[in-house]
Amino acid sequence: MKDTRAAAQPIITLEKVEKYYGDYYALRGITAEIRQGEFFSLLGPSGCGKTTLLRTIAGFEELSGGRLTIDGKDMKGVPANVRPTNMVFQSYAIFPHLTVAQNVGFGLRREPLSRAEKERKVIEALDMVGLKGYGARAAHALSGGQRQRVALARALILEPKVLLLDEPLSALDKKMREQMQMELRRLQRQVGITFILVTHDQEEALIMSDRIAVMFEGQIAQLDTPQMLYRRPVSRQVAEFIGVMNFLPAKATVTDATHIEVEAAGLGRAVIDPEQLPGGWHPGETQSVGIRPETMSILFPGETTDRRVATGVVEDRAYYGDMTYYEVRLDGVEKPMTISMKNLVGRPVLERGEQARVAWDARSLVLFA
Amino acid sequence: MKRSLHVYAVLYLAFLYAPIALLPVFAFNDGTVIAFPLRGFTFEWFRQLTEIPALHAAVLNSLTIAVASAVLATCLGILAARAATRFEFPGKKGIMGLIMLPLVLPEIIVAVSLLVVLLQLGLSLGAWTVILGHVLIATPFSIAILNSAFQGLDTSLEEAAIDLGETKLSSFRLITLPLVMPGIISSLLIAFTISLDEFIIAFFLTGTDPTLPVYLWGQLRFPQKLPVVMALGTILVVASVLLLTIAEYFRRRGAARTGQKDAGGFL
Repeated sequence: MKDTRAAAQPIITLEKVEKYYGDYYALRGITAEIRQGEFFSLLGPSGCGKTTLLRTIAGFEELSGGRLTIDGKDMKGVPANVRPTNMVFQSYAIFPHLTVAQNVGFGLRREPLSRAEKERKVIEALDMVGLKGYGARAAHALSGGQRQRVALARALILEPKVLLLDEPLSALDKKMREQMQMELRRLQRQVGITFILVTHDQEEALIMSDRIAVMFEGQIAQLDTPQMLYRRPVSRQVAEFIGVMNFLPAKATVTDATHIEVEAAGLGRAVIDPEQLPGGWHPGETQSVGIRPETMSILFPGETTDRRVATGVVEDRAYYGDMTYYEVRLDGVEKPMTISMKNLVGRPVLERGEQARVAWDARSLVLFA
Repeated sequence: MKRSLHVYAVLYLAFLYAPIALLPVFAFNDGTVIAFPLRGFTFEWFRQLTEIPALHAAVLNSLTIAVASAVLATCLGILAARAATRFEFPGKKGIMGLIMLPLVLPEIIVAVSLLVVLLQLGLSLGAWTVILGHVLIATPFSIAILNSAFQGLDTSLEEAAIDLGETKLSSFRLITLPLVMPGIISSLLIAFTISLDEFIIAFFLTGTDPTLPVYLWGQLRFPQKLPVVMALGTILVVASVLLLTIAEYFRRRGAARTGQKDAGGFL
């Protein structure tokens, strides 16, 4: 179990961090705290500034403005080679002319340790990443997955306060990637070091992270736990980037302190809790509601439910074996919405053009301005 | 059609290499007249080579100039290649183009303009002026070779070394230098060969101590010394081919070691 008190300590603080190249702003005022021992992800499309932010923390880019502290110390003017951070590069940057052991032990060159101690550390580090006995191999002859492990061992051997990972899994094939996701998570729990992962893969971020900062155009759009990001995205942009969400035009009125009345096209009236509002704006500004595909279900003929029911027509469907994805156009709505259904025994698969009754729940609605 | 192309290729190669092939033939021919039929086999001309002090001085002069030119051109090449592959700066393309220009500039123009400048400045000619000229023409070759060596390097490699505690300088020494070393050796050998064979610039700028090619040219005025020149030429051809082969070997080994695709060199 993690010590929650220690976990709340910030290891990195970012205050209005800015980075610009000429008149191009890569980072536009990033303010955030990254906590001791957490697995933190920077998620966003390419060009959103996530890699620049990581390189700023590593010390490869100087800040144009704002303040960055690591472990309570201001990092202004502190070069990369003395910062308590180590990095796993996207290309892994394995030194091709050295052996695996020389690569892993590279960071120990300047450490005041005996030769035997250094060798022991290298063996331990290789063991930790599952490369026992690989020390004498030539680094350039390794496979992609093995290079990744060497890069990890090399970065962790100095026991940094923060490990920075720049899209470390993007070069691996799907199966290898899924395996490494679990292993990275396990490794992070084992060593207890703060990991900061840069990724453009929302699924990867959701699976691995304690908290995720979603970035667009040099700014953090939302910083939250995976569950909150998925269930309560603060904007349509965030909602569309993480998973699939259906949007329906809507209006909302505040009835009293604990109730907001929503009128959504195709669904009708619903009363929701103010907690479902991501905040920062008045419910009256509501333009649309969002609803995730898996929170709705299509009722088969004769099936009853105590949930709300809307009606529509199946426009299309895609059968995935375990799931069926329906495109259903609700009555009175122009755009069809996606509904995902588990293919349970005895549940019929609807065909195009069939009438569908859609069960939904007011608790799964998210309002957007 | 295919057959005529074949014939063409053979003729072309014959035209290129037949004159060079004649060098060793007459170098070992027992007769002072360069003409067929051959008279017999002899080492006499090679023996005579060992007995000419002026020739030995010229060889020593040439070697000194070639080594100095190779080292200087390669150092300049390393700086330029690193700048060209790592950094973006205004006017980069134009600057690189101007640096590479001596590759296609007629040597006679380089030689004459250098001579004019040196004389205008009132400087005396000597080995160092030849070195200056040779560095000028060898540097583009060095840059071309070193560019491909530096280009194949992942820029994250040095950053990784810095990240692991090294300084900029030590990460260059520990990571980049070993990885581009084959390119550096290749550059040294090519620049050495260029300087050793070069005639026009050496002829204009050499002053009183001739380099080997200049000495050779001087000897051509004496027909009876022609077989000795042939013998010397044979040695030079063999040495040049050997050096270029070694240079190419190192270039290819470097390309293989950093895992880049062979983009072709000079051989």
